[in-house]
Amino acid sequence: MISVESLSVRYGAATALDGVSLHVAAGEKVALIGANGAGKSTLLNALSGMVPKASGQVSLSGRFAHVPEGRQLFPDLSVDDNLRLGAFRVRDRDPAWIYELLPELTRMRRQLAGSLSGGQQQMVAIGRGLMARPDVLAIDEMSLGLAPIIVQQLARRLSLLNEQRGLTLLLVEQSARVALSLCDRAYVLETGRIVAQGSSAELLDSPFVVSAYLGGPHEGAS
Amino acid sequence: MSAFLSYLIHGVCVGCGFALIASGIIIIYRVTRVVNLGQGMFAVVAGFTATSLLGAGLPHVVSELMAILVAAAVGLLTGCVAIGKRGTHPQASLIATLGVGVFGYAVEILTWGDQPRSFAGLTGAFELMGVHVSTQYVLILVVTLLVFGALELFFEGTYAGKALTACASNPYAAALQGIGVLRMGLFGFALGGALGGVAGVLLTPLQPISYDSDVLLFVNGFASAILAGLTRPVFALAGGVALGVAESMVAGYSKASYQSSLALLLTLAILVVQATRRQALHTVEE
Repeated sequence: MISVESLSVRYGAATALDGVSLHVAAGEKVALIGANGAGKSTLLNALSGMVPKASGQVSLSGRFAHVPEGRQLFPDLSVDDNLRLGAFRVRDRDPAWIYELLPELTRMRRQLAGSLSGGQQQMVAIGRGLMARPDVLAIDEMSLGLAPIIVQQLARRLSLLNEQRGLTLLLVEQSARVALSLCDRAYVLETGRIVAQGSSAELLDSPFVVSAYLGGPHEGAS
Repeated sequence: MSAFLSYLIHGVCVGCGFALIASGIIIIYRVTRVVNLGQGMFAVVAGFTATSLLGAGLPHVVSELMAILVAAAVGLLTGCVAIGKRGTHPQASLIATLGVGVFGYAVEILTWGDQPRSFAGLTGAFELMGVHVSTQYVLILVVTLLVFGALELFFEGTYAGKALTACASNPYAAALQGIGVLRMGLFGFALGGALGGVAGVLLTPLQPISYDSDVLLFVNGFASAILAGLTRPVFALAGGVALGVAESMVAGYSKASYQSSLALLLTLAILVVQATRRQALHTVEE
């Protein structure tokens, strides 16, 4: 589904990604973990074609939808319009199935997206991403600023879409705990390079990941 | 009473012209977040073009429509200069539109000279409650209502209209959905040019235009657009008509030279009020 080979991206003199390779197969749930400024969002933007690549290869098969960091809704348009605009590239623009999937959105369909709470906005952002009928859905910092209970709800819905519709997921997270509990496999990105990768279980056992991304062995063991 | 009525009718029609200018400003702003200082120029170019085409023997309607197309092309060119380079900040684009406007003066003077020009609109008139009303006024009113009806339907009711709005609402997110933000912005400028052109061909028969008429047209159009909060064209219709009537009354009952000051005063007052309201909003957000 996604194949990235030695990808480098530069912003002027600064190197944001330095020879990153990453592969995601159809139906997988893969996480990309890293701290602020590690280059996670840059990688997604490179996959969406929003930033030019300095070198390397990116190949995507199937439709790719990118739910950006900070939701990035259209604040002065209604929830309904936000959803419909997610289907700009496809023919079917009826959001009825999104309202079935995320019933909370039904009663706010006429509300302006800018007036919603963070959790509601994240739901609209994910719904808008799904409207593109993607084969791969990439979500940037889904859990940032949201209450754990909301994150759990969203994660459950996404897992269901993965199981029932075979939706491939690429989750970009600062929070390794959320990412590793939802995904089967993960890559760890540090200052533009992949520094670790493996199954979620392996990474949860790795002292490096535990100390750097799970807040030390004590908390990690709990 | 009949003096009042005739000022009112004149004000409504001139206000329709302001509203058309305002709608162009609003649409360009809505799609690109650029306040287009060249909006008055579109009307002037269309007015001049129509006088030339009519002078060359082309019939009415054809001449006016071609003049509107020329204005749309000028709008598109203005857009290319203002937003053609990716990542141009809206405020830099605003200055670029001012530059295009000044450049427009040179082209207009070279092409049409520096004397005011005009052409005859619809001839004929009728009596309405003792007031002599020119048929051109009726034309202005009907065309304006049709244009605003179409704009409202397009922006509020169609997918393309929403996609255009999305471009200004969040350009990054719009691009992520696959919307061609630059193309949409250029379309906005072309549409703005056409709307300015409609105003130009409708207003020129009422009042001869010269190369520098754009300033007054812009000031009045911008005042109407600000009255509408720069959001929905249909509010600008109300804003434009209110301003047109107010100016017409001022001109009728006191001095004609006061009328353009009214637009400036009104704009200033609204900008001050809005600035303080924005401030209040920001404080709440923080």
